[in-house]
Amino acid sequence: MSPENGKHLPESDATGLNLKETELTLRLPGETRGDIEIKAKSGTKRGFSQIIDLNHDRSSDVHEHDDRGCDKLENETLALQPPAAKAQIVGWPPVRGFRKNAMKSFKFVKVAVDGAPFLRKLDLELYSSYQELLCAFDNMFSCLTICNYLNEKKLMDTANGVEYVPTYEDKDGDWMLVGDVPWKMFVESCKRLRLMKSSEAIGLAPRTPQQSASTS
Amino acid sequence: MQRMACSFPDEVLEHVFSFVQCDNDRNAISTVCKSWYKIERWSRRRVFVGNCYAISPGMVIRRFPELRSIELKGKPHFADFNLVPDGWGGYVAPWISAMAAAYPWLEEIRLKRMVITDENLELIAKSFKNFKVLVLSSCEGFSTEGLAAVAANCRNLRELDLRESEVEDLSGHWLSHFPDDYTSLVSLNIACLGCEVSFSALERLVGRCPNLRTLRLNRAVPLDKLANLLRRAPQLVELGTGAYSSELRPDVFSNLSGAFSGCKELKSLSGFWDVVPGYLPAVYPICCRLTTLNLSYATIQSPDLIKLVGQCQNLQRLWVLDYIEDAGLDAVAASCKGLRELRVFPSDPFGPEPNVLLTEQGLVSVSEGCPKLQSVLYFCRQMSNAALMTIARNRPNMTRFRLCIIEPGTPDYLTLQPLDVGFGAIVEHCKDLQRLSLSGLLTDRVFEYIGTYAKKLEMLSVAFAGESDLGLHHVLSGCENLRKLEIRDCPFGDKALLANAAKLETMRSLWMSSCSVTFGACKLLGQKMPRLNVEVIDERGPPDSRPERCPIEKLYIYRTVAGPRFDMPGFVWTIDEDSAMRLS
Repeated sequence: MSPENGKHLPESDATGLNLKETELTLRLPGETRGDIEIKAKSGTKRGFSQIIDLNHDRSSDVHEHDDRGCDKLENETLALQPPAAKAQIVGWPPVRGFRKNAMKSFKFVKVAVDGAPFLRKLDLELYSSYQELLCAFDNMFSCLTICNYLNEKKLMDTANGVEYVPTYEDKDGDWMLVGDVPWKMFVESCKRLRLMKSSEAIGLAPRTPQQSASTS
Repeated sequence: MQRMACSFPDEVLEHVFSFVQCDNDRNAISTVCKSWYKIERWSRRRVFVGNCYAISPGMVIRRFPELRSIELKGKPHFADFNLVPDGWGGYVAPWISAMAAAYPWLEEIRLKRMVITDENLELIAKSFKNFKVLVLSSCEGFSTEGLAAVAANCRNLRELDLRESEVEDLSGHWLSHFPDDYTSLVSLNIACLGCEVSFSALERLVGRCPNLRTLRLNRAVPLDKLANLLRRAPQLVELGTGAYSSELRPDVFSNLSGAFSGCKELKSLSGFWDVVPGYLPAVYPICCRLTTLNLSYATIQSPDLIKLVGQCQNLQRLWVLDYIEDAGLDAVAASCKGLRELRVFPSDPFGPEPNVLLTEQGLVSVSEGCPKLQSVLYFCRQMSNAALMTIARNRPNMTRFRLCIIEPGTPDYLTLQPLDVGFGAIVEHCKDLQRLSLSGLLTDRVFEYIGTYAKKLEMLSVAFAGESDLGLHHVLSGCENLRKLEIRDCPFGDKALLANAAKLETMRSLWMSSCSVTFGACKLLGQKMPRLNVEVIDERGPPDSRPERCPIEKLYIYRTVAGPRFDMPGFVWTIDEDSAMRLS
């Protein structure tokens, strides 16, 4: 397994097989999804497969998502951990899936990646920041990895070095760069997402590091 | 006795038996003598199979050749909380195939927690010419295509009830497959469907079925269409609304209000997704007739809830979110004197802090104010022994008591003691208690109370409780009527299980997960008890690959006369009599 030291950069997982994702990790009790950040510096990348997220509990989603053998390990960590944080115990409190879903709002939007043969869908309500959304793209598309480039997080296809810029179609039908507006405003106005090859996004993608991508 | 039985011709006995509908009584009749057994089996029309693996379809068909109605249950209850891995089983296919050949006149199929495919639905639609009732409760494996087949072919269909099933939504057009001359619908429950059904098809269907009594819509049916439906079906007795939200407009409101007023028979309301409180008064005119109100999806706050329930003097069943708070339950206690069943669900079950002012006090109020209260499901974050004792003394008529204190291992918040004596009071005072779910901090003592007092208890659910095998032993040795026991995350191991092996044959099933049961004990049990199926559910690979004393993940034991099942997936391990480990 890759050593966890400060110098380790995720893009050295060149094959796209993210071994880090299958590592057992412990999460502090009460830690929520919002607390999980891309720790690019320390080399510790947390994928969503490592987050025991009962909110993922929609019909087939539980096994569709990140099914790289992580589910078994998740169950094992659950069995070993004391019931410290409520959100970490499978099936507790005993509230049925449809009831949890009925209480939640969800917002599924299509996600297209330039060059991919089919689209995916993701529920924007599951995330609370742009960081988490980037993580979601990383998990959903096996060829894409978040890379740290000049203090900025970029989505890259490490096999060929192509960079992808996340864009979205808003309520007015305009194509916008992801990251300019506060997160909640973005969720409200986003109708669909497209990960555009940066070679096509001339004039759109920021060349210099910006603050905007990290607002949430 | 023999002479007496023979003095009546079979037809007379059969006629007498036809007045006996209850399953237990019918079973008793069949044990009187051979002749009664024979007559009874030919005249039995309805059978309930509590565990689809306890018996084979062939055995049922051989004994009861003239069935018209069957009810089957599949997965264990804890499957509702994702504790049973996908693919475990509960397939209805072999039952449908066998019945398609044997029961051409079958009218009713009711399934709970089973896997049913579109193919199975198509077979039902083709095979049973007089098919009338299909109830799929918490089922999965099918799509709207299967529903289309049922709609198109079952000309005498009366009931289509998809209660909380997981349906793959391919299209809303399935509803249009009901032929134009189809008019026999009595009950339609599509509340669990995600997709929009063709609204014009729905309107026409509702309009041409004069016997429609129950209509439960799904969230996708908008509020402004509800009035139209109601005007076409003023005879409705049970209604589930779609989303109960819309811009507040006086014309929509008055239309809706008028439509509700026209429904003089309406006794049950549910739905209310995305409620806009401004539209609630539209139902006020009918509140006094309501006996069932399900607001468990309605995210409305206590003041609005109080105004609503305050008008429901005849309410017998109330399901609500904890937004109702203690104040709202005080109002229920004051207004709903006929209340029999209360369920309070958590609005934020995974939040670390309480988000509402709902405590044990709400339940105590209702137990004081509602003399007929017998069934409770209550989620809360604090409880005390004193409150439980008060509830027990107030309501000795309680028959179902399910308490879920959200944080596992929570003690009495006043004394910091375990809640043993509180639950002990419940089982001691409520002598007819049939179902109990425990929570909070509990030692072996609570199980001693249960074993001593809970003589009518049939189903017990336990989580994060107890200290040793003695706890489990008390329950298995003391609860004479226990049928279903489900346990998770308790320190119960092999001893109590093996010491009470014979008891397991008197029960429908036992579930234990995240306990301390070893594979060795399971093998022993499987070898010694041929009429039990002992299923070890473990996704970590063959149990033999770990030390015999390593605890297994999950255990499901059930009595059966059908022997081991043939459809076990790779993660279910069983032992048969010759002690070879059986894989799927």
